[in-house]
Amino acid sequence: MGRLLLPRVLQAGLVILVVGVLCFVLVRALPGDAAMRIAAGRYGPDANITEAAENVRRELGLDRPLLVQLGGSLGQLLRLDLGHSVVTGLPITKELRIQLGATLWLAGSALVLTILIGPAVGLAAGLRSGGFADRVSLGGAVILRSLPPFVLGLLLILLFAMNLGWFPPAGYGTWRDLALPALTLALGLAAISSRVTRDSVAGVMRAPYFTFARLKGLPPAVVVRRHVLRNAAIPVIAYLGLQAIYLIEGVVVVETLFGIPGIGHALVHAVIARDVPMVQGTALVMGLLFVVITAAVDLICHWLDPRPKRA
Amino acid sequence: MVLKSGVICALATLAVTATAVQARPLKVVGPWEIAGIDPAQSGYVFSRMQVAETLVSVDPAGKLIGGLASSWSSSEDGLTWRFVLRKGATFHDGNPVTPSIVADALRRVHEGTGVFSQVPVAAVEADGDAVVVKLSKPFAALPAYLVNFTTIVLAPSSFGQSGKVEHIVGSGPYRVKSLTPPLNMQLEASSQWTGEKPAIAEVDYQAVGQGETRALMAESGEADLVFSMLPVSVDRLKRNPKLDVKIATIPRTRLLKVNAASPFFSDVRVRRAISNALDREGISKVILRNPDLAATQLFPKALAGWYVPDLPPLTRDLPAAKALLAEAGWTPGPDGVLQKDGQRFSFKLLTYASWPELPPIATAIQAQLREAGIEAKVSVGNSSEIPAGHKDGSLEMGLVSRLYSIVPDAIGTLRDDYKSGGSDWGATGWSNNELNALVEQMAVTTDPEKRAPMQKRAVEILQSELPSIPVTWSELAIVSNKRIAGVRIDPLEVNYGLASIRWAQ
Repeated sequence: MGRLLLPRVLQAGLVILVVGVLCFVLVRALPGDAAMRIAAGRYGPDANITEAAENVRRELGLDRPLLVQLGGSLGQLLRLDLGHSVVTGLPITKELRIQLGATLWLAGSALVLTILIGPAVGLAAGLRSGGFADRVSLGGAVILRSLPPFVLGLLLILLFAMNLGWFPPAGYGTWRDLALPALTLALGLAAISSRVTRDSVAGVMRAPYFTFARLKGLPPAVVVRRHVLRNAAIPVIAYLGLQAIYLIEGVVVVETLFGIPGIGHALVHAVIARDVPMVQGTALVMGLLFVVITAAVDLICHWLDPRPKRA
Repeated sequence: MVLKSGVICALATLAVTATAVQARPLKVVGPWEIAGIDPAQSGYVFSRMQVAETLVSVDPAGKLIGGLASSWSSSEDGLTWRFVLRKGATFHDGNPVTPSIVADALRRVHEGTGVFSQVPVAAVEADGDAVVVKLSKPFAALPAYLVNFTTIVLAPSSFGQSGKVEHIVGSGPYRVKSLTPPLNMQLEASSQWTGEKPAIAEVDYQAVGQGETRALMAESGEADLVFSMLPVSVDRLKRNPKLDVKIATIPRTRLLKVNAASPFFSDVRVRRAISNALDREGISKVILRNPDLAATQLFPKALAGWYVPDLPPLTRDLPAAKALLAEAGWTPGPDGVLQKDGQRFSFKLLTYASWPELPPIATAIQAQLREAGIEAKVSVGNSSEIPAGHKDGSLEMGLVSRLYSIVPDAIGTLRDDYKSGGSDWGATGWSNNELNALVEQMAVTTDPEKRAPMQKRAVEILQSELPSIPVTWSELAIVSNKRIAGVRIDPLEVNYGLASIRWAQ
């Protein structure tokens, strides 16, 4: 266990250092005057931006040498202080609580839905590979996967919000608002995870231990429960971990379509407005989150298959 | 598959139970995000939603009316202005709105970056039941500047220890119940409000950036009141029997900001030729779905006193454009693009995507200018790139959307845009002494009748010199569900009058 976690802890430390420097350097290396960008982000496109930018430059010390600014920024991060957004003025921790919180809710709901849909469909397909369920689910997966999320989202809005009137087409705050965006993401993810599960299950069914279990007289339900599920789950869990990461970083389109104040939306705005503390804070927390998710996946896989691995 | 449909059925059952319990707050949807709660940034949201008040307000016709101030007067020399506060005005935290709190607020705003900092204020003091603003020189438009959202008055409890705004504690009919920047805000009727009680006690504001999603929220009945509809959705929404669509022309003009100091545009004949080459009606009809929005002059008809009916309109006249360009020395080159002294008439047309219609309008202009032998290369960037190009002189031409009601008196914007040296969204490399003198004179003239000829002359100068080439005017479309009544549209976007909206019977 310790040998499994230690590299992850070191990895986390490295993430903080690299993310802090990279975000600062990359954001500030983008073309355009940072003070102008921040002023436009703060006061909108109707304001007198040149005048506001001079105040921003003075207030934030943007005219100091870049190395001094980087030093100040890293010093703050090392004290585990994420600072304040230079656009909204709110503490980054509060911004993240709201916006990363919204994304985690969305991603979490999507993951739960996709686990309900994907592996279940995949199991049904894999148990009789080449059968009716397999072929229908293959067709469904191809269609769902080839639809870009905003098209799928719009189709779901048309069906569930406009025709049936069950869910609001957009909004944030209640679980009803989360239903359609979560379903949009979940269907796209289930398209793949159902196929991964199906292949994994089909693989197990061809394995000698499966044939042996059947030959020694175990009923099918018991074989599936004892041998198929556990063995087939390993690649599926690893793949779900990847999906969780993809979900957290890749939901920008869905957040914008459904009006959710999520982190993807916030990060795009932060980069446009050259909001370095916000970009650093987001990248840092997301980086750490990915470390946690991959560590969790490793632990679950270790539990599912405790045989020590020697590479 | 069985499981899949099972899940969908379960979701459906839950959804039906949820819709059965109708949520009752007034659900308002608009495109504006609450970027930061500082009044200089998002004050307009709190003013429009009637959470916070300014000293002076404005009715939908553009007439100044009382806000936190019940009346105001100026001294004979125009240097001392007295704003008497409304009796019984109370903040949402229960404390009274006192003249000294208002004076503190105005002093703070004057030191900031908003338009009020341009007013020649010498001192702001509390005096009895009034706030007294002392000016260093006469400035007749002072009350209009006090409508601007950056001057909203917040209670001292709004500020944190660092002096920054941490909560919005205003004095309007609604108070902030919860605020989740950037997209959500919930309001409830304030018990401190002494005026007419809002008919709907709770308001839920949701910012939705996508125009098409906003339209869908109106159509699905999920939202009661939706602001700023895209032109493409308006016809469809009008056909919906459950919805009411209201449209108002707003004082916002999309215009070409040209650098009159550049070798391309320093000759007024070239600027006129570009104006002649534009098919404004075509742009308005196809992109904005309303040919009446073609800007035949800088200000729209709705801006009373600033629209000059007998001014010869700016229209498309390609032969005239070509003749003017030839007169200015531009001759067709081998590739059809005009040239003069070996230089091709080719430049960058910069615009930005903060307003979704600007990039398509820019490409339409690109095609229209090409017919006159001018090559414009469209570049879509961030809104700050135009002020940056203005500042360092690299801007050739920019397509911008300019708002003339930042202060309800257009003088506020004119004074800034066409001053010597120009400004971010106004002129670049252009200045006109007669216009500057007129603007300064208007700033000290209170009598509307005396001001009218000056306003007319100012518009004439801008029309003939074209430091900014008007392209189209703008309109604001709002959609309300028929289950609400009492909706009005405010072309100046100062106050949406939510407090007078009620459930229809």
